Amino acid sequence: MLIGTIVNGIVIDHIPAGRGMELYRYLELDKLDCEVALIKNAASGKRGKKDILKINEVIDLNFDLLGYIDPHITVNIIRNGERVEKRHPDLPDEIRGVIRCKNPRCITSCEQELEHVFKLTDREHRVYRCAYCDTRAK
Amino acid sequence: MRSLIDIADLTVEEIDGLIATAEDIIKDPDKYAEKCRRKKLATLFYEPSTRTRLSFESAMIELGGSVIGFSEAQSSSASKGESVADTARVISCFADIIAMRHPMEGAPRVAAMNASIPVINAGDGGHNHPTQTLTDLLTIKREKGRLSHMTVGCCGDLKFGRTVHSLLEAMSRYEGVDFVLISPEELKVPEHVRTDILNAGRVKYRETESLQEAMPELDILYMTRVQRERFISEADYVRLKDTYILTPDKLETAKKDLSILHPLPRVNEISVAIDKDPRACYFRQVMNGKFIRMALIMKLLEVE
Repeated sequence: MLIGTIVNGIVIDHIPAGRGMELYRYLELDKLDCEVALIKNAASGKRGKKDILKINEVIDLNFDLLGYIDPHITVNIIRNGERVEKRHPDLPDEIRGVIRCKNPRCITSCEQELEHVFKLTDREHRVYRCAYCDTRAK
Repeated sequence: MRSLIDIADLTVEEIDGLIATAEDIIKDPDKYAEKCRRKKLATLFYEPSTRTRLSFESAMIELGGSVIGFSEAQSSSASKGESVADTARVISCFADIIAMRHPMEGAPRVAAMNASIPVINAGDGGHNHPTQTLTDLLTIKREKGRLSHMTVGCCGDLKFGRTVHSLLEAMSRYEGVDFVLISPEELKVPEHVRTDILNAGRVKYRETESLQEAMPELDILYMTRVQRERFISEADYVRLKDTYILTPDKLETAKKDLSILHPLPRVNEISVAIDKDPRACYFRQVMNGKFIRMALIMKLLEVE
């Protein structure tokens, strides 16, 4: 499968297979006017399969969000057809306004304007819990 | 400015300090009669509570302070749709400290984030109830003379029973405390308690469905009510509500110095015949609740 070469843009590589579309939605890539390609189930030497996102524009990325999805994700910044930067996101201590608490008894379920905040409570197992009710993020 | 939302907000040293202050209040209440003079406690209770609200109010009054507030959501601006954050900001203009009970989990945390005065979580749904835990700890300390090296049995609704979760969290920080968790399958402790406290390698625990089997080894028996208000299905509540009823015959194999605690109110899970048994501590526990809340109010108001 051929995808056009990026001249100035971002390649988000090593996304866990099957989570590319989730990341596409979280990053609100549907709102961009530039070319965006989601490649699912690409061959990966380390993991067997991976997803890749190619964005034909250099945009501000929420690295906390990328780190939450998987800190092994690689972000390649491309300028003039060359990779000028390669970054790995850190596992964030806190995530704001991205994932929503599913607990129907949580205060966020009845006070709609409250920002959904999740805190990292177990780094080893990458467990995030709602800052209000302690429900685990799924 | 400090609030108390979760018992984990307090260090063991702070808990021990509060217990020491409470014991001093019990010894010499007159010394504390004017400590909070001209200070106001706002009790914001969005769901019914007799014990906790009156305990907070009497605590403040015995410290020489006064009390404002409401005891049901219908009589507050919440009925007009006001957010918890706005209510907390408004009440900060009137009072010096807030005690909040709310049916939604995390509501007191939201209040603490927005208030300019200390907020005490007086119970948020099935989540946390730190002052009940402080009450339980003071009671155990007074009954046993220590908070370490004992076997604590928690019996009944361990899924929705927030007092149990907070007690497990607090007691797990003391040395040599083993837990026996006694509940039907459907009311076992929730996943976050299991992973964060029980499986964190700090405590020894086992689970059983039989109160009788666990009884002989217990130093503390912490009974809980199966709470109707926490169930979405009435049928599930009816099926589980009578699972454990403590009667005198069930205490035959218990230790002579067992201490029976209950956060109250009870429905039928402890027979009234047990009330006369010296091992029943739950009414002394209520009294302790007032003293520990006095100590906590003083600490959060930074009253010397």
